[in-house]
Amino acid sequence: MIELIKVIKENSINCINSINNINSVNFSTENHMPSVIVNNITKQYGKKKDLVQALKGVSFEVQQGELFGIIGPDGAGKTSLFRILTTLLLPDGGTASVDGLDVVKDFKAIRHRVGYMPGRFSLYQDLTIEENLEFFATIFNTTVKDNYDLIKEIYSQIEPFKNRRAGKLSGGMKQKLALSCALIHKPSVLFLDEPTTGVDAVSRKEFWEMLRSLKRQGITILVSTPYMDEAGMCDRVALMQNGEVLSVDSPEGVIDAFKQPLVAVKDNNMLQLLNDLQRYEGVKDAYPFGEYHHVVLNNGFSASAVQQYLQQHNYHQPEVKTIRADIEDCFIALMKSA
Amino acid sequence: MKQFVSFVRKEFHHIARDKRTLFILLGMPIMQILIFGFALTNEVKNSKIAILDQSNDPSTQALRSELDASRYFDITQDLRSYQEIEGAFKKGKIKMAVIFPANFASDLDHFNTAQVQLVADASDPNVANTLTNYATAIILDYQDRITNNRRLPHTIKTEMRMLYNPQLKGAYSFVPGVMAMVLMLVCTLMTAITIVREKELGTMEIMLVSPMRPFKIVVAKAVPYLLLSMVNITSILLLSVFVLEVPINGSLVLLLFESILFTLTCLAFGLLISTKTDSQQTAMFIALTGMFLPTIMLSGFMFPIENMPLPLRILSNIVPAKWFYYIVKEVMIKGLGITAVWKETLILTGMLLFLLALSIRNFKIRLA
Repeated sequence: MIELIKVIKENSINCINSINNINSVNFSTENHMPSVIVNNITKQYGKKKDLVQALKGVSFEVQQGELFGIIGPDGAGKTSLFRILTTLLLPDGGTASVDGLDVVKDFKAIRHRVGYMPGRFSLYQDLTIEENLEFFATIFNTTVKDNYDLIKEIYSQIEPFKNRRAGKLSGGMKQKLALSCALIHKPSVLFLDEPTTGVDAVSRKEFWEMLRSLKRQGITILVSTPYMDEAGMCDRVALMQNGEVLSVDSPEGVIDAFKQPLVAVKDNNMLQLLNDLQRYEGVKDAYPFGEYHHVVLNNGFSASAVQQYLQQHNYHQPEVKTIRADIEDCFIALMKSA
Repeated sequence: MKQFVSFVRKEFHHIARDKRTLFILLGMPIMQILIFGFALTNEVKNSKIAILDQSNDPSTQALRSELDASRYFDITQDLRSYQEIEGAFKKGKIKMAVIFPANFASDLDHFNTAQVQLVADASDPNVANTLTNYATAIILDYQDRITNNRRLPHTIKTEMRMLYNPQLKGAYSFVPGVMAMVLMLVCTLMTAITIVREKELGTMEIMLVSPMRPFKIVVAKAVPYLLLSMVNITSILLLSVFVLEVPINGSLVLLLFESILFTLTCLAFGLLISTKTDSQQTAMFIALTGMFLPTIMLSGFMFPIENMPLPLRILSNIVPAKWFYYIVKEVMIKGLGITAVWKETLILTGMLLFLLALSIRNFKIRLA
């Protein structure tokens, strides 16, 4: 087990290095300093008795122009981390900087240059789309006209409804408006806290495409999400759980770090199948995954061994195939080894 | 500055689009003035009384018509026996009974003295007192007239003159009171709620992560309510002058200046509440108990402070409305100038500065 963690860690370090190299090639003309540095940040809530350790020493760096995902279930500490980075909360320990500015000391300067979209829809519901946008533009000492190019792609989709009040918009439209408002002052770093939660699948996909195109404009984007399938859209992801970062890597790196054989198994009686699989000596972990069960095998075992084992246990035509792990498999493996 | 103007405009949008609240804010002072002016009055008018006349002679009949003719009384019932009195009171139909014993006129003529009994419903002691006083005055007045041609030795006559409010109109005291109450309600309650609402909706989170300085946010929030209060002051003054016929005897400029001072004090208090609370309900509760009740109870508007026990009298000094109420009475009703109210003005200014400093110190630049 410990060895495995070491392997993962080594792998992720390699990966970070390789990505750093890639970035330094891509952004060779720009400043090489990381855009966001988080160094051993801790945060706790409550008093002695019901003390909650929301962040337990989180560290990572985000390069300039990177689309960085923070992925973790509810309660992992994503929002606390975002609030610390946007200067809304003070960390209990550790340091963090955004654009080279300290989140505690230089909070005023940070507030000039970051864009923040909280998890909850936080615009004025009784103002129209246009009024909201104009308001946020003025608050950030700019005008809609000046930065229209930046938001054009997103805003043009809701512009036909610009006289509608924000409270009367659909979820996807609200989200586009919120993103437009967070972008209107051309922030150097954009923080999006669970922007796709509660949004339908099509809008989610659209939203990620918008982020990809924003990235091309050189804006560093930090986005948190509980959906693991969105990890693939990021340049790099940090997997978080219970206030700890389990791994920081590119999506491919996370997957490559998954060294054990993985098979997908399907049969008629799925519940019984899961029980039988878990009893098999070659199985490290088995869990339901869509219409299949995913089975992580110990090294030295393979799909054919599983097939054999199942046939011995009166399964006639079990479907067993070796598959490549995806982010979710990696996350489950990391969670269980943590 | 552009930021600030934009923020104020946004606040006006909020207020204007919440039609119901706006209606209440602008309609409330008008309603209150009208209700206090015409319905809720502590003046005694047309009180229903009953008469038990066991004598039925010219004197009792003369007295009876004097009572009936006065605007205070309305004779609605004639009783025939002593036993009926209690029944009439119990039915709640009358406030007072006037009883003339048998042989009233002949006693008056032959013994130079006669008795009349006044029985009043003292479940409301103030009204009972007022009614018996009025009735006594009418009876004494009648007596004066019949003894007019004879000079009595050693009589002391009291000569009364009601200064500043010769007609003893209730409006003279409640107009300043309603002004204090309305300004309090609009400013303290609404500022507290409007800032806390931004916290509740999460918009404060975005506002904090913006270059807008928190102090500017707070001032921008207060501006629309200051203007709204000016509208309310104007409508209260117009109503009191033209509908209730309460004159503005002093300087209008001074009166407006003092009103703005009090409005600002209320705004500062609302601000302080908003820095300490996170939900609109809590803010409303604190504003109502912390400001509205003391304003009604301890400003001297409803209950005279002089009659209160010492601890309450001391406590009343920290209620801004007490000083404002005093100032408005002096300026508006008595027509006095700044020389008469400079001390109270200073106290209000002190309160304003104290509350403002406290709320700016407490304003959170972060979420927790």
